[in-house]
Amino acid sequence: MNRSPYITDAPSVSMIMLKVLLALVPGIMAYTWVYGGGILLSLTLATITALITEAAILKIRQRPIAPSLADLSAVVTAWLLALALPPLAPWWLVVVGTLFAIAIAKQLYGGLGYNPFNPAMVGYAVLLISFPVIMTKWPAPLELATTPLGWAEQFNLILGGVLPTGVPLDAVTSATPLDYLKTQRMLQQEVEAISQAPIFGHFGAKGGEIVTAAYLFGGLYLLQQRIISWHLPTAFITALALISFIFNLVEPSQFAGPSLHLMAGATMLCAFFIITDPVSGPTTPKGKLYFAAGAGVLTYVIRVYGGYPDGVAFAVLIMNMCVPLIDAHTQPRVFGHKR
Amino acid sequence: MNNIIQFASKLIKNLATTTASEVHRFNGGVHPEEHKQESTTRPIAQLPIPETLTLPLRQHVGYIPKLKVKVGDYVLKGEMLAEAEGTVSAAIHAPTSGTITAIAEAVIPHPSGLPDMCVTLTPDGKDQWKPLAPIDWKNTAHSELITSLRTSGIVGLGGATFPTHIKLRKDGASAIHTLIINAAECEPYITCDDMLMRERPDEITQGIAIAQHLLGAAKVVIGIEDNKPEAAQAMNTASQALANAVVTTVPTLYPSGDARRLIHLLLGVEVPHHKRATEVGIQVFNVATVLAIYRYFTFGEPSVSRIVTVTGNVASPQNFEVLLGTPMPLLMAAAGGAKPDTTHFVMGGPMMGFDLPSLNVPVTKAANCIIAASPALFAPPPPAQPCIRCTRCADACPVNLQPQELYWFAKSDNFEKARDYNLFDCIECGCCTYVCPSNIPLVQYYRYAKSEIIALDKAKEAADLARERNDFRLARIEREKLERAQKHAERAANARNREANPELEESDKAASNASTVEAKKAAIAAAVERAKALKLAAANNDAASTSTDQPAVAGPSSAEVKPDSDAQAKIDKKALIAAAMERAKAQKLASAQAGAAPKNTENLSAKVKAEIDEIEAIRTKALQMVKNKAPD
Repeated sequence: MNRSPYITDAPSVSMIMLKVLLALVPGIMAYTWVYGGGILLSLTLATITALITEAAILKIRQRPIAPSLADLSAVVTAWLLALALPPLAPWWLVVVGTLFAIAIAKQLYGGLGYNPFNPAMVGYAVLLISFPVIMTKWPAPLELATTPLGWAEQFNLILGGVLPTGVPLDAVTSATPLDYLKTQRMLQQEVEAISQAPIFGHFGAKGGEIVTAAYLFGGLYLLQQRIISWHLPTAFITALALISFIFNLVEPSQFAGPSLHLMAGATMLCAFFIITDPVSGPTTPKGKLYFAAGAGVLTYVIRVYGGYPDGVAFAVLIMNMCVPLIDAHTQPRVFGHKR
Repeated sequence: MNNIIQFASKLIKNLATTTASEVHRFNGGVHPEEHKQESTTRPIAQLPIPETLTLPLRQHVGYIPKLKVKVGDYVLKGEMLAEAEGTVSAAIHAPTSGTITAIAEAVIPHPSGLPDMCVTLTPDGKDQWKPLAPIDWKNTAHSELITSLRTSGIVGLGGATFPTHIKLRKDGASAIHTLIINAAECEPYITCDDMLMRERPDEITQGIAIAQHLLGAAKVVIGIEDNKPEAAQAMNTASQALANAVVTTVPTLYPSGDARRLIHLLLGVEVPHHKRATEVGIQVFNVATVLAIYRYFTFGEPSVSRIVTVTGNVASPQNFEVLLGTPMPLLMAAAGGAKPDTTHFVMGGPMMGFDLPSLNVPVTKAANCIIAASPALFAPPPPAQPCIRCTRCADACPVNLQPQELYWFAKSDNFEKARDYNLFDCIECGCCTYVCPSNIPLVQYYRYAKSEIIALDKAKEAADLARERNDFRLARIEREKLERAQKHAERAANARNREANPELEESDKAASNASTVEAKKAAIAAAVERAKALKLAAANNDAASTSTDQPAVAGPSSAEVKPDSDAQAKIDKKALIAAAMERAKAQKLASAQAGAAPKNTENLSAKVKAEIDEIEAIRTKALQMVKNKAPD
């Protein structure tokens, strides 16, 4: 019988997913420091929901449950979704989003390896369309909030919608820089003036840019560990930087520069953790470049011209649709074939 | 754009690994644990002559050689037992002197595990050579040397076992400019070439000189992986004797020993996928093979032994020079025996080798390495998980294929697509499986898809042949029937000429008998037509006014219609003929619309019909395959 090779040397799927989770830890720590402990509750809720949903659907599908839970892919989806949602959003928002991501976007397509769309981004998009008001209620960084909430108060808000007496909701939320930029631009304000607002930091959002930097750090770890290929983050960041640079160069009063676009919103989370989802992404090296560059350009276009302050989710989903086409047309040259 | 990508890839790769700059790297490759040091601590040992030798006739790629001995024959060492038959074939020789005691099927070391014809030789212990005839290769014509080499039994000893004399032929098509000596030995565990180079570099070098002379190659490049410094050193010294030869060390990266990969590494030449290396002027020989060539020409010794690495889960791994046909248990015992937790035995390396059906098989020309396997060495793979398209396999593929796509196509039996994605360029090196996080046995899928495609191609070929045969058969049947009917009709016409009345009945009867087969109808119609012409000529057109448009009241079943008079009979007959002609015409038209050839399948028995349906199904499938392939 010919069943060679007899030897293997590969990290398991569980190990790969574990490293992705590990790479998210710096971002989560920064997040907790900047916005408070609420995110930890969101992450826990999402994780539990994801695992229960995955187990339930696998049971219905009569598939082995333990190996699929052990591969940790559901946890990765849960964490990515939770990190993309506003951290003080009510508990049911997290639950509904995760449920949809796992049940509909992942398992109904056949489970791990078969979903054409990024499950976390499907969950996010569904929530964004269904509950647009809640989805834009971002908390102010603790250092900017008029009445910063403690961890227990944040948990109460998430679980029961209860704020400490005398604290209005507006006191704990604020516009995100991308949101603020969008609304102020509608009021014909110039970028220069807009970015003087206190919510802006050195590069992106005040506080938020620390989280973004932490994501970048985690992403570099993934690159070093060869969990993700360099093609995707490089092309995404380059495309986004290039298009924002060009627009900013032509009309600086109307368009924010690359530093804001790279360090605000979900840019780094997307570059290293979301577009790098192998299942819903392209497989060829060139395809990865096109895919990521396309996502970068779309993110910018949606941010500047679209109806939502950030465009990462829709950009990724649109590019997911193009994956079969991209793959089919970017097949690398096989050894010994014509150049 | 491409340049940027290439530059970036190179930059990243260079950052990741510092590599020798003089070689031309291929995509991917893997570096498994080498496990070579275990079997290189001891020199090559000679194994004593065993009590019996079992020599499979099939030890090489190509045709099975023709047996020249019978049971009871006494043979001397080096005597030919079977001679090469056909172009691609190799001879088998007696590895020692003794008596042929059996010629029967026995299990041979082959992945199939199937028995094959073997010659059993019981040695007499004298080990007496036949009179050997060394050849002065420098002063002998090329064609003579090749003809002689054809009787040497030498095949590629790296494991491919392609008959060597074919590789040294001069077809005149393309001159060989470079001879590459494949000493990469990239598979883990295997060290037989390594030890050979350390111990017999001068013999190898002389073998290279002969091969270079035979090929007329201006340049020789000896490619050795950098994990064999002793061998490289020895070859470096020895090859000074050669004209225009260099030893190039290549990075230790499996599968650098694959011929096409090695050519690229050493020369930067990519052999086009549809061409052989010789077509671009390059020939590749394994070190052990050139040594065999040397021994053949210098001493007249044919291929009767080889070096085998015995390693893995054994007490003292070592290389042995053994006679072909030696039972493998002896070999295992010589290496100190397999340890108790040994589960099975692998022939070849861990990347491309295969499970021996049992240890009770003989050493063949292909047996470069025997590994005693244990769960500790070769852990059984965990259950496969879904592919997550991580493309580690694509990154590792030395052919730059997209293994994850091929897997997808093979799994869904989408064979045409798999072929489009160059499945047949896959060398089954196993790198993709080696790096797969989901433990998917990718190579198994490719082997399966390849064999399925080959089987389909064969089935298509067979179906084409069957269709041609069937068409021919149908045509013959039709022709015979036609001839029979013609005879019949002629006889009837003759009878009619003599007697007016009975002839109608007779011709109608013939028609009604024929009605079982539509083909017959057409034949009869034609015959009747001919009869009519005859009749018309005889009767001198007395009923010219009869219209052929007249409704066909009488078919072949109208045997009971009795004409009242001659005239009426003639009119009826004409109507009948016209109807028959109409039918034949309509049928012809219908069959022309339905397909290329007339089918004549309407009134056949169920069994024949089923057969035809089956053939039809194969034909449609084949057509579909051709169509699928066409847009490419």
